Amino acid sequence: MAIFIDRDTRLIVQGITGRDGSFHTHQMIEYGTQVVAGVTPGKGGQFFDGPGGRRVPVFDTVDRAVVETGGNAAIVYVPPLFAADAIMEAAAAGVGLVVGITEGIPVLDMARACAWVADHGVRLVGANCPGLLSPGLSKVGILPGTIARPGNVGVVSRSGTLTYEVVFQLSRAGLGQSTCVGIGGDPINGTSFIDCLAAFEADTDTLAVVLIGEIGGTDEQQAAAFVSANMTKPVVGFIAGQTAPPGRRMGHAGAIISGSAGTAAEKVEAFHANGIAVARRPSDLVGLVQAAL
Amino acid sequence: MNIHEYQARDILARHGVPVPPGIVATTPEEAEAAATQFGGTVVVKAQVHAGGRGKAGGVKLARSAAEARTHAERILGMTIKGLVVRRVLIAPAEEIASEAYVGIVVDRASRRPVFMVSREGGIDIEEVAARNPGAIRRQPVDPRYGLLPFEAYTLATALYDGLPQQRACARILRQLYTAFIESGASLAEINPLVTTPDGEVKALDAKFNIDDNELDRRTQVAALRDVDAEPPAERMAREAGLSFIKLEGNIGAVVNGAGLAMATMDLIKYYGGEPANFLDIGGSSNPEKVVNALRIITADPAVRVICFNIFGGITRCDDVANGIVTAMGMIDIRVPLVIRLTGTNEAQALEILARAGYTATTSMDEVVQKAVELAGGQGR
Repeated sequence: MAIFIDRDTRLIVQGITGRDGSFHTHQMIEYGTQVVAGVTPGKGGQFFDGPGGRRVPVFDTVDRAVVETGGNAAIVYVPPLFAADAIMEAAAAGVGLVVGITEGIPVLDMARACAWVADHGVRLVGANCPGLLSPGLSKVGILPGTIARPGNVGVVSRSGTLTYEVVFQLSRAGLGQSTCVGIGGDPINGTSFIDCLAAFEADTDTLAVVLIGEIGGTDEQQAAAFVSANMTKPVVGFIAGQTAPPGRRMGHAGAIISGSAGTAAEKVEAFHANGIAVARRPSDLVGLVQAAL
Repeated sequence: MNIHEYQARDILARHGVPVPPGIVATTPEEAEAAATQFGGTVVVKAQVHAGGRGKAGGVKLARSAAEARTHAERILGMTIKGLVVRRVLIAPAEEIASEAYVGIVVDRASRRPVFMVSREGGIDIEEVAARNPGAIRRQPVDPRYGLLPFEAYTLATALYDGLPQQRACARILRQLYTAFIESGASLAEINPLVTTPDGEVKALDAKFNIDDNELDRRTQVAALRDVDAEPPAERMAREAGLSFIKLEGNIGAVVNGAGLAMATMDLIKYYGGEPANFLDIGGSSNPEKVVNALRIITADPAVRVICFNIFGGITRCDDVANGIVTAMGMIDIRVPLVIRLTGTNEAQALEILARAGYTATTSMDEVVQKAVELAGGQGR
């Protein structure tokens, strides 16, 4: 088992003919993901040529793609100003999971899109995220498949390459992963740390969780309280941005210390207060996971 | 993106919010002329992207046009929180009966815009939140419906007791919401919202932060950017599509990805060094980006060593290695480079670098330790 995606995930790629969409569709098919359809307005009826001679039908709308192929998940590689609409289109078409990869979506668009997907009972992961990877089962996103291996550690993070760094080190130490989830670096996103922690707690294949947070907001503090109140599985953490100056946006739209709120120190403190061991360096996470298992 | 008070006041006025007149001056002469136009008694306000202007001496009351000129002479050119004042706003001094705060901000936890209002105006809302949180009334807004009339009126009743003021305030709140949405803001506040002795409700000062992601579809708002208010290195980085923030240390860092870039800064500190910057070159392997990154970093004379930390996933390490070699051929770099490359096409990358005379490691801890050593060895 894994969380959110597995062998039964039938994926629709929105923006499949774009530069990023086509590149990553190749990668996902190579990894073994069932990519059943692509969507690009105006290109319905065409086919996307995947690796190994696989041809993926392209539709004008997500609705059509769902009806024709039975897709149950969608991934969005649509430019920022059109991405929120693409997310809402996928939710309306009846898929259960939408993953937003696009970086740079206006925050007010995301406020509307989040309200919309909640009304439709759909899980949105991201946006501005690397997506999900259930090693050996399915990849819905842009995480490099080669760094992960199947196992029992759940990984959830607001970051991209920092997640790769941690997954890489875990794999090298023989600690495989059940699912790796990047929830994204924007101030408003669809899936929170708590959503992922609850799913990992319920997942029989996950024995421990690595939570990688960063400065900005209070999602980590809420996650810490959730861990001590609701989780039986060990959780270890890392917070990026100890040295970040206040008031400055550190790359991610959501990585900003506002006034005195959202600092790394208060997040680390919340972790400690709730029994979550905190790594001072990314490389220390391996030892913490080994100790927890 | 930050905009100036005078620009925020313009936006409010265009949406119907009562805002007293104001004139922007860039010289003491202009300030004097503006003050004369308003009858002499005016406020001279520094226009910089920094809070605490009053405490820094950037806001002064003048009783005459000559005094306005004197104030402007002192304020223009002064530095507030590292930013040079290039403009002042001249506005007639208002008689004030009460000061309130009204603001709207995108709230992460509720995933919605949220209004905050308080009878305690004229001071920083964070100060009120810390000292007397009960004095702040909050109202989340469903972005699909906007601020409903009854919500606006309910908020207004938290601020004012008289019906005319409540009605005027409710109207202003709805206008503020429209201004917030239409300018693509992430924060919009009126502080203070005042009443005059004869019961008028007016916006005396305003602050807007614009969501950078909105600028591509709002050219008029994007045009409000004051490039002088940005540190030159950050402006260069923004124009080159890099995410860069200058810090106080001497170890330059070039990293792909924001989270990894922050973690690299933290690790530099962990090993006893000080980062000179935050820099995310993003997912692209374009050599141009590496060149620009190195230009920006080497422009800082404090930098003693440059540390590359690249995790190749989608980014191919060999592309970055080629970028580094190309960049080194194009610009003169007089500080040592330490390089870490791991992931996709790592072996090819190490070979490319070796041929050009550079060694690289695959461990993040190792490269950072090396950088700290080199920075310390050169007179930190």
